[in-house]
Amino acid sequence: MDRRTFIRTMGFIGAGLIPMGHSAWAIASDSPTPTQRKLIVIFLRGAVDGLSVVIPYSDASYYRLRPNIAIPRPGVEGGAINLDGRFGLHPALGALEPLWQARKLAFVHAAGSPDPSRSHFDAQDYMESGTPGRKGTVDGWLNRLLAELPGVSTPTRAVAIGPIMPRILSGRASVANIASGNAAGRPSVLDRPQVGDAFARLYQGDDKLGGAYKEARDSHKEVMASMEEEMRAANGGAPLPNGFPQDAARLASLMRNNANVQLAFMALGGWDTHANQGTAKGQLASRLDPLGQGLALLARRLDTLFQQTTIVVMSEFGRTVRQNGNNGTDHGHGNAVWVLGGAVNGGKVYGDWRGLEESHLYENRDVPVTTDFRQILAQIAERHLRLSDGQLGRIFPGMSGGGNLHLIS
Amino acid sequence: MGHWISIIFVTVLTFCASQSSAAELSGEQRASHVLNRLAYGPRPGDIEYVVHIGAERYIDEQLAPSRIPIPESLTQRLKKISITEMPAGELLRQFFEIQKAAKDNPDNKQQKRDLQKDIGEQTAEARLIRAIYSPRQLEEVMVDFWFNHFNVFAGKGMDRVLVSSYERDAIRPYVFGRFRDLLGATAKHPAMLFYLDNWLSVAADYRPPAFAPKNKKSNVSGLNENYARELMELHTLGVDGGYSQRDVTELARVLTGWTFNPREMARGGAQFHFDKTRHDWGSKDWLNRHVEPRGQNEGEWALDVLASHPATARRISYRLAQYFVSDTPPQPLVDRLARRFLDTQGDIASVLKTLFSSSEFWEPANVGNKFKTPYQYVLSAVRATNVLIINMRPLLGTLNQLGMPLYGCQTPDGYKNTEEAWMNPDALTRRINFATVLAAGRLPLSQTVIPDRFQHIDKRQGVRGSHADAARGQGGLAIDAGQLLNTVGPMFSERTRTVVMGAQPGLRSALLIGSPDFMRH
Repeated sequence: MDRRTFIRTMGFIGAGLIPMGHSAWAIASDSPTPTQRKLIVIFLRGAVDGLSVVIPYSDASYYRLRPNIAIPRPGVEGGAINLDGRFGLHPALGALEPLWQARKLAFVHAAGSPDPSRSHFDAQDYMESGTPGRKGTVDGWLNRLLAELPGVSTPTRAVAIGPIMPRILSGRASVANIASGNAAGRPSVLDRPQVGDAFARLYQGDDKLGGAYKEARDSHKEVMASMEEEMRAANGGAPLPNGFPQDAARLASLMRNNANVQLAFMALGGWDTHANQGTAKGQLASRLDPLGQGLALLARRLDTLFQQTTIVVMSEFGRTVRQNGNNGTDHGHGNAVWVLGGAVNGGKVYGDWRGLEESHLYENRDVPVTTDFRQILAQIAERHLRLSDGQLGRIFPGMSGGGNLHLIS
Repeated sequence: MGHWISIIFVTVLTFCASQSSAAELSGEQRASHVLNRLAYGPRPGDIEYVVHIGAERYIDEQLAPSRIPIPESLTQRLKKISITEMPAGELLRQFFEIQKAAKDNPDNKQQKRDLQKDIGEQTAEARLIRAIYSPRQLEEVMVDFWFNHFNVFAGKGMDRVLVSSYERDAIRPYVFGRFRDLLGATAKHPAMLFYLDNWLSVAADYRPPAFAPKNKKSNVSGLNENYARELMELHTLGVDGGYSQRDVTELARVLTGWTFNPREMARGGAQFHFDKTRHDWGSKDWLNRHVEPRGQNEGEWALDVLASHPATARRISYRLAQYFVSDTPPQPLVDRLARRFLDTQGDIASVLKTLFSSSEFWEPANVGNKFKTPYQYVLSAVRATNVLIINMRPLLGTLNQLGMPLYGCQTPDGYKNTEEAWMNPDALTRRINFATVLAAGRLPLSQTVIPDRFQHIDKRQGVRGSHADAARGQGGLAIDAGQLLNTVGPMFSERTRTVVMGAQPGLRSALLIGSPDFMRH
């Protein structure tokens, strides 16, 4: 389907003229049975350069258009890690190689939003609302998914890590947000009954903040309980470096000790590499390295739970195929989406890849988007979390169905 | 039938009458409102002062800050912060010197970190001291507002040492002036040129001079559209302002050659520099206009076009109304502000005056309806409690924890100021934790600070103890709830007062600062 047809189709769907696509896996009932499965979404804010993550090293255009910043072919010093004879992985992501070998890691290349915006802020907004091109959507798709998830809701069923509530999780279903870094799971002065009770009385009278206060107390209790568990189970591992690996390890502990946690979200910044992005080493590599380490650690620490978990790594758009004037890349379009987990049909690069010949580029500069990011997410929601077509329609209103990915077994 | 109509009519009349009497704010409430919005909340005595002179006069005073004297104590404190007066080139020189020293000898790496941290802390300290103690409160509010609008991130390379000059030289002098001047000053400041990479953007056929170092050559070989895009999307027109990808690229071409030379600057040379050898001398088509090659004047003209564009007027007006009135500002107000903006050629003080005298600003539904940002919350808490602050670190740490590190917004859109962005369960708990330690006098705000560079020396010379002893000031005093109630007054609802007065005395101040009422302004 070309872009124009796609948009036209989307228009019809938006108007409710075409029903959701049907899939063999869809469950007929609109109230599926509760599942213990988990979904973790990692958002790379600032648009990571997907062509440096999943490198089309067999494409001569790649080296021609990026004379200074291309990652060398596998086998050369500082070269890519071979994935499938066609694509390679950035050498700074070596920590993920075992997961690829074990077929627990897959990529979908040339994926992204059908909306052409090259604004970080609009594009992130659309990816988090799950409604590209529509600004009025009040909630995030992960919150709508939380609301659709069958079973009992608890204060920590969905967890955002970091000091602010991300757009993707905002909405009517209540979500816990816990601090990143060392502050997570620290006792609060409100744990002292006298103080806690006094503030509870104060906040009872406030319509808006009262609810948030109560949620804070409830989720804090659950998190504290799981952290105490963690203290008892203290493993003798070496201390972790600050940043993502530490947060990832902590999230794994929280999930292991608290079966209620089913959805989690974390955002990492610093990917907007307009200048001097580097190759095997340098700016981008120094950010990919802890990301890879953290994801590998997350998988390892989840232990048996990894079987029931899917992890998605996404970014608002890709970057220009040509390097710019400063050994960097500007805002582009299609990108690679990463998918890891026990049920993932991994060891494969998915997507309709058309090569980097100039004639195949979107607006003569970017990787075209051939897979709508929502198709990937919808498939995870459907096959992994076992949600029905009706539910998918509410999580991603106006999205065309199916696609031919078989990401999840 | 007629009987019923007249009853309904009378009922409606009565209802309207009661509404309008409820809509009248008392003198105290009006004072409280302007102190909450034009200032970072009241300090002791502020409400009485504004009630005495009237809210309108307070607004006029704040809009003409040069007539408000700065207290000697504040001047003295700022004088002690050496970088407040230091030229940007000098800071850059120190930065390069220590960078080189660290490169030559790894032992100097710690000194490099200390210098960076020291400059960063001094910059933040100067900002907080002014925001807390300056009587020119609206000026401080606008410095923060415009810094955010034209955000640069202090964590990026040279910007660590350039932000202090950026705020002092490119933002502060223009906060009430013409928008075009502010736009031009930010466009040319090295902190912005560096942050959004325009300093590296050159014509596609540019060849660096033969004597340039080899690694530098490969770094500048074509266009970089980062600044041009954000200039239209964030600084002026807005993302729906009606421009295309082609307009971004063409504007980037227009702005090629707008650069600065860090080494020259460190030697005392110019900050901004138009390099005609880097400029793209071809003609351009931008925003449906044909642009003939005119060198730097192309860019100056483009800034004129952007600064006087109706889409810019709407965007700036919307943002001001959102900051000062409501998260979802009333459209008629935004329209009036935009008209004022265009009628006065972007005179910021005139737009603000229209805003502060609007019925929307005084509408009771818009009083106390904004959820404070972490920055506003922390500042208003220390102003209301009137603690003596010598050590700013606990406040900076709190801002980090609350997700709003000062000068630490990585992305060019700056921090948001809406409830949606900042209100969440964890944030409430953290604010309450801060409120309780502040109220109990347990934040080490009144201690003398030893900058890290001295601690480092101490460590090596083994005399650290003596400094540390000197630094241990007396612990702060617990905050008196009665005084706090007097200071902040009308913000607290009857319900909050009742609950607080029913609690044990030692908790009352914490409850007030941590109350839902104090989360808003």
